[in-house]
Amino acid sequence: MEIKYHIRDYCIIRNQRISLNGNLIFTGSETIPQSFFTEAYKHFNINYPKFHKMDNLSKLGFLACELLLEHKNIPGIVKGEDVGIILYNAASSADTDRIHQKSIQDRSAYFPSPSVFVYTLANIVIGEICIRHKLFGESTFFISERFNAELLHSYVSLLLDDCVIQSCITGWLELDGDHYDGVLYLIEKTPSGNGGFVIFEPEKLSEIYLQGT
Amino acid sequence: MRKVYAASDNIISSLGFTTRENADFLMAGETGIKLHEDIRISPSPYWASQVNNSVLIQQFSEFAEPKKFTRFEQLAISSIRDAILKCHVNFTSPRTLFILSTTKGNVDIFDVRTNYAVDSDRAYLWKTASIIQQFFNLANTPLVVSNACISGVVAIIIGARLIRSGRFDHIIVCGTDLVTEFVLSGFNSFLSLCAGPCKPFDKDRQGLSLGEAAGTLILTCDKDLAARPEVCIGEGYSSNDANHISGPSRTGEGLYIAIMRALEHSQSKVDYISAHGTATPYNDEMESVAINRAKLGDVPVNSLKGFWGHTLGAAGVVETIAGIFSLRNDFLFKTLGYSESGVSQSIAVISENRQTTVHNILKIASGFGGSNASLLITK
Amino acid sequence: MEQLINKLKNEIIEALNLTEMTPESIDENAPLFVEGLGLDSIDALELIVLLEKKYGLKLSTAEDGKKVLRSVKSMAEFIRANNKG
Repeated sequence: MEIKYHIRDYCIIRNQRISLNGNLIFTGSETIPQSFFTEAYKHFNINYPKFHKMDNLSKLGFLACELLLEHKNIPGIVKGEDVGIILYNAASSADTDRIHQKSIQDRSAYFPSPSVFVYTLANIVIGEICIRHKLFGESTFFISERFNAELLHSYVSLLLDDCVIQSCITGWLELDGDHYDGVLYLIEKTPSGNGGFVIFEPEKLSEIYLQGT
Repeated sequence: MRKVYAASDNIISSLGFTTRENADFLMAGETGIKLHEDIRISPSPYWASQVNNSVLIQQFSEFAEPKKFTRFEQLAISSIRDAILKCHVNFTSPRTLFILSTTKGNVDIFDVRTNYAVDSDRAYLWKTASIIQQFFNLANTPLVVSNACISGVVAIIIGARLIRSGRFDHIIVCGTDLVTEFVLSGFNSFLSLCAGPCKPFDKDRQGLSLGEAAGTLILTCDKDLAARPEVCIGEGYSSNDANHISGPSRTGEGLYIAIMRALEHSQSKVDYISAHGTATPYNDEMESVAINRAKLGDVPVNSLKGFWGHTLGAAGVVETIAGIFSLRNDFLFKTLGYSESGVSQSIAVISENRQTTVHNILKIASGFGGSNASLLITK
Repeated sequence: MEQLINKLKNEIIEALNLTEMTPESIDENAPLFVEGLGLDSIDALELIVLLEKKYGLKLSTAEDGKKVLRSVKSMAEFIRANNKG
């Protein structure tokens, strides 16, 4: 049977550690998510001041994608509109929702902030990734109780089969209070018979997802 | 390749509790956007399009216990129930999937003053979707799309793809969002709300009107279950501007890409465009740019936001249902609130109701995060 | 006025998350938008919130915003003119 698609790269951000393709590339000392993300940002010498305006979910996704793509052109992909971004999480933007709610809870100190409110939508992280990497393709943010490899594999395969996209940044980006969990995969089509990369199938997705970093 | 038919539908909004009731108000040119006073939502009176709450609760209590459900759930469940009762799709079958489209779900749970007798985990969108699933005894875990204001269109696009690919036979798409203090205060901080019913594409437009609604559209592969005349959901795409997280691209980049990708698959001419038309200065301008770039500047176009306001996660579904009504009845609704063009590109805004043959429509939407979507629907 | 300008610079850095900037690096006469600091539309709205939150001054239209938010100096002058700083 022809192997159609493969997982080219993957990045995991969890428990104060960041790994790329199974190799640990950073261990932070900060426990609070926001501080850890800033620590990582500085460690990797990322020069992108807008990072500091992002909410925690967007910082998590931005960092994971930054390391996943390492500024390289995705091989074989010429147009930014051929790259899809399909993301999942359970909490949506709950973390930022609570911050916005706090700013309006007390009528005597009622100062809703537009820069907080804009992040009360989980898909903004997709926007941040697209702006950074100039990606114009099909994208969707789904909410799911837990990471579901079968579901992700089924839908991303459908998009690749139908040529809606030629490659896909996909995975799980969860951020809820002090808990964060980022697992991003770069999925690509390959000509048949090409070895060397991990096959895009639910078992492999789960295996990677369960990796410690 | 399998076709995707529109079976039944429902709209619950300020303009009624069925699609027909809503359509009657649209035909009469009456807006549901009114001045409200409710200190739980705003310290001062505010303009919005809101569902009649007493009627909602009264109708809901005829088949379920209101106290067990949040307002969001009462709205979504009522809408889905009406649509389900109007068609013969086997909704408990494992070949049926429910897709929920919403931006904020039960966000009112975060407010300490809200007093629902439900667990706080209902604030999670997957959980509220699961409550709805259980209510109808649906076989599969629902898909939840939360992608800003394009969610509704995207949910329909995904539903159609899943049917076409043979993964499912029937899809229940429900888009629902509430008017809440959470959302109203947020849009206020953007200074993007209009004091009065909004004026899409108009030179005096001042911003958007918020609305709440539930729209349910049931899709099926089974031609015998399709409502008549048959309407098919065609191809659709989403695309990103890659420009700014809240402001749309000045060149309409993402929307242009989404439109062109949809048109690639269409053999026939587009007769009518149902635009997003939120009546903010930037959105409407951007849409006119994208429509023109796609060489659709002569195609009749309207926005329905003047009737329902911007219903966020419900918008794409509610407005697509209105588009399907237009297709079935060869009737185009005027753009309520519009009198004179206020966009730089020439587009053919429908300013009066029109009885005219309609075969192919293009639904477009844009949202925060630079997101855009397009969808073709054919008779 | 100097004290107010300095205070304002710190408040702006905090409100807009300009983490990599210092008050010294901001020229109070430079444009805040387009050139200079190159702030965007959300930043403009945040500055409007800042004026209300810290100084009790309300700007409700984009037009008012454009004039007052031209530079740190023009913001300070607006605050002074309204006897708030």
